[in-house]
Amino acid sequence: MCRIGAIKSLNYVHPSQALLLMQSQQKGHDNSGFAMVMHDLGGIFEGYKHLPTLSLACTDEGLKVAEDMLHAAGFQRVLQWVPEVNDKPGLDINAMPNYVFETFDYPKHIKKSSQKEKEELLLDMRLNLRAALEDDEMGFVYSFWPDVVTLKEIGDPRDIGTYFNLWEADSKFTARVITAQCRQNTNYDIVRYAAHPFFLQGFTALANGENTFYQKNKEFQRKLHRGYIGFESDSQCFLYTLHYVHRQLGWPLSYYKHVITPLPFEEIGHRDDAQELQAIRQSLSHLEINGPNTIIGVLPDNTLFTCCDAKKLRPIVVGRSSDTVVFSSEVCGINEILPDRDWETDIYPNEREIVVIDNNLEVQRWKQ
Amino acid sequence: METMKIHDITPNDLPWKIRYDASRCTLCGSCVAACSFRAIAPKVERRRMVFSEGDFPEPKTRFSAIPVIRQVHSIKNYCRGCGICEKVCPNDAIGPLRNVDNRHSIVTRCLAGDSVKRGGRKNLESTSRTLDRLRVGRISQMTDPSLDAQRHTFDLLAPFGRILPPGKLPFAVGADGKLQTTGQSPPVRWIYPVIIGDMSIGALSWRMWEGVAMATAYLNEECGLPVRMCSGEGGVPVRLLKSKYLKYMILQIASGHFGWNRILKAMPHMTEDPAGVLIKIGQGAKPGDGGLLMAQKVAEHIQAIRGVPKADLLSPPNHQGLYSIEESVQKMFLSMNAAFKFRVPVAIKVAASATSVSVFNNLVRDPYNIVGGFFLDGIDGGTGAAHEVSLDHTGHPIVSKLRDCYLAAVTQGRQGQIPLWAAGGLGKTGDLAADAFKMMCLGANGVFTGKLILQMAGCVGNDMGRCNACNTGLCPAGITTQEPALAHRLDPEKVAQNIVNYYLAMDQELKKLMAPIGNSSLPVGRSDALVSTDRAVAERLQIQYVC
Repeated sequence: MCRIGAIKSLNYVHPSQALLLMQSQQKGHDNSGFAMVMHDLGGIFEGYKHLPTLSLACTDEGLKVAEDMLHAAGFQRVLQWVPEVNDKPGLDINAMPNYVFETFDYPKHIKKSSQKEKEELLLDMRLNLRAALEDDEMGFVYSFWPDVVTLKEIGDPRDIGTYFNLWEADSKFTARVITAQCRQNTNYDIVRYAAHPFFLQGFTALANGENTFYQKNKEFQRKLHRGYIGFESDSQCFLYTLHYVHRQLGWPLSYYKHVITPLPFEEIGHRDDAQELQAIRQSLSHLEINGPNTIIGVLPDNTLFTCCDAKKLRPIVVGRSSDTVVFSSEVCGINEILPDRDWETDIYPNEREIVVIDNNLEVQRWKQ
Repeated sequence: METMKIHDITPNDLPWKIRYDASRCTLCGSCVAACSFRAIAPKVERRRMVFSEGDFPEPKTRFSAIPVIRQVHSIKNYCRGCGICEKVCPNDAIGPLRNVDNRHSIVTRCLAGDSVKRGGRKNLESTSRTLDRLRVGRISQMTDPSLDAQRHTFDLLAPFGRILPPGKLPFAVGADGKLQTTGQSPPVRWIYPVIIGDMSIGALSWRMWEGVAMATAYLNEECGLPVRMCSGEGGVPVRLLKSKYLKYMILQIASGHFGWNRILKAMPHMTEDPAGVLIKIGQGAKPGDGGLLMAQKVAEHIQAIRGVPKADLLSPPNHQGLYSIEESVQKMFLSMNAAFKFRVPVAIKVAASATSVSVFNNLVRDPYNIVGGFFLDGIDGGTGAAHEVSLDHTGHPIVSKLRDCYLAAVTQGRQGQIPLWAAGGLGKTGDLAADAFKMMCLGANGVFTGKLILQMAGCVGNDMGRCNACNTGLCPAGITTQEPALAHRLDPEKVAQNIVNYYLAMDQELKKLMAPIGNSSLPVGRSDALVSTDRAVAERLQIQYVC
């Protein structure tokens, strides 16, 4: 069973913390990979929060294709960070030749456009890049978004940490929100895109479980938005539903839970908002999830949240100190990161709530 | 020696022969009295008997008149093989035997100059069903814990009514951050996914109808299963229209418009809205023909309810006077939706035919969101009476047609907007839960069933040509007859009890199928849960092939 985790802090945190968080749950994963998404970046990216950063793993040829496309589209590179890799023998890692994190300035013609127009352009650019690099596996574009970087790799998480020199904390590569998972996709083909967390237009989601409504979700989502592609993993559906409900339909986050795990009809009947809840349930029945799941999500404003399936078949714990909140599949992960916290205040979310952490680390528990 | 008349009908020309053992018969007369078809009759035979009275053999012969039971050699009163004689015989002296050499379909047409009419079931291809080549193949593994059918809660409900796409829901975010409804949306009822199919009050005996209605009420009020019953086209007794039980009834209107006048007249007096309205565009087993209620079954109360004389009543498959599907949609809009002030969902029922997907596509794209359900009836469906040639030879199997409709919706991203309901031979093997489950995986929101309900009540007919006399008004089980003596054979309370018990068992079985695939709501569209060992079936239905 895979394990997931997330850290949100008032201070910038190095990915080594995420590695430690996942390392302590090592027995729960199969060492097939490690992936993380960092939001609200610090270090070298801190000064470029308003500009999009491309997260790319590629071949030399792929890099050239991607850069040519970006330049042709009018994007100008303002920052490039290539992690120093430690390619020592014996590491269990299936690495790509290049890992590139590049920050770009918007094309001139769009600089004065609305935020929404910029967001659509960034998505189109990422989709185009992905399509162009798909041949011969020239490259994998994980995210292209302001203040977000993504790293995904196949192999043993410890070795991946060693390869990217992530065990040693420094101040260059940090973020206030880091979500991570230690496992490659195991239900379907093992491909780099399949590793959690998944990202789309500022939204990140990762999950621990099995979406038995995958086929239904996928068949429905494919027609909803051009960005809903890939479907390399059944959990990708959770991200697309989050994006659809919150961004496309413009509904408050609290309704996400009503969409994915609707209340039974009997309970809906007793609610004051029965009319709305029933309409949601019937219109979005194809976005429902079934099967065991815990979902962790990040919104574009860096809000972090978690919720579970309707029967609470997968675990999640929320631990916190004054400046940090940690989500973890197992409490041992939190013990590693926040050994001195008051564990009596740990939250074990139930099947009918969303636990939300805002940017002041205020914890809210929303009953469905 | 008598002159041989080659064209005389003998039992060997008929589908069933009567097996009779005079030595076991006590001449009680039960079989003759019970045979509703008058296919057997008492007769006196001249018998020669050899006997000896003295101490030594001294054979003598005697002729005497002996009463026996004989099969009637009549093309009108032929034996249907229902086996009622066998059921009532105290001595096992009589019973029907299938006649493989029968010439029935030929001699009937030759003698009467008319087509063969039959009630009941389809006789061709009766042994092979696509549904039986499908298995629920997705069993949960360690990463996918199964649910517990006994312990966990399941939501076994299906929508009846037009579902708006999410973007069209009349929602606005209020000041409190909650969604608020700001406009109208079509009515939707969430009901049990197995509807009691449309069998009219003329097709069934009043006692059968009463039994089904009782079962429906009991299932709703005592068992908590919101099962709905469709009235069929025959109209509804006014007393029921005015009663609180109307809320469990789906009223059907069809091309014959039988009883519709009375329904409209009763509207001001209705205390409840009906569960829905179903408009029949085409018919399952006989898409080219139409349902048939023979004059024999048009009893006085049927004449009153339908407002017709005692005559054969054909319910044609197409809306008379309608030019196109658009027009029929318009008709629904004008008549039913408006009549019930948009409180009652209106669905349509069509025959599974080569064109049903076109009809579905047309309706799903309708910008006014009028149609609240697409009922699709396959070749094995249909009510109790039609010309045999229609029953056996017209129509389309339901499985692939339902799948086509679902995939057509998927292609347009409109799945679920018009709920799909399917029928036609479901539950033929007795396992309705399995059939319903598989149909849902293929895209149905729910199913409806008619003939299985008859089987629950005690119908003795089958797909091998046994009985199938629903059209004659002589149903030996009292299910599809208006003859008081026959109808009284049926105990409505027992009918209701059987239906209720079957539904309870089926409900349990549905959960038993949902649990291992990890579903707590209906598995609509979960084609990944199905596998087939037949490559052609797998390819056609776009599901996994296993061997």
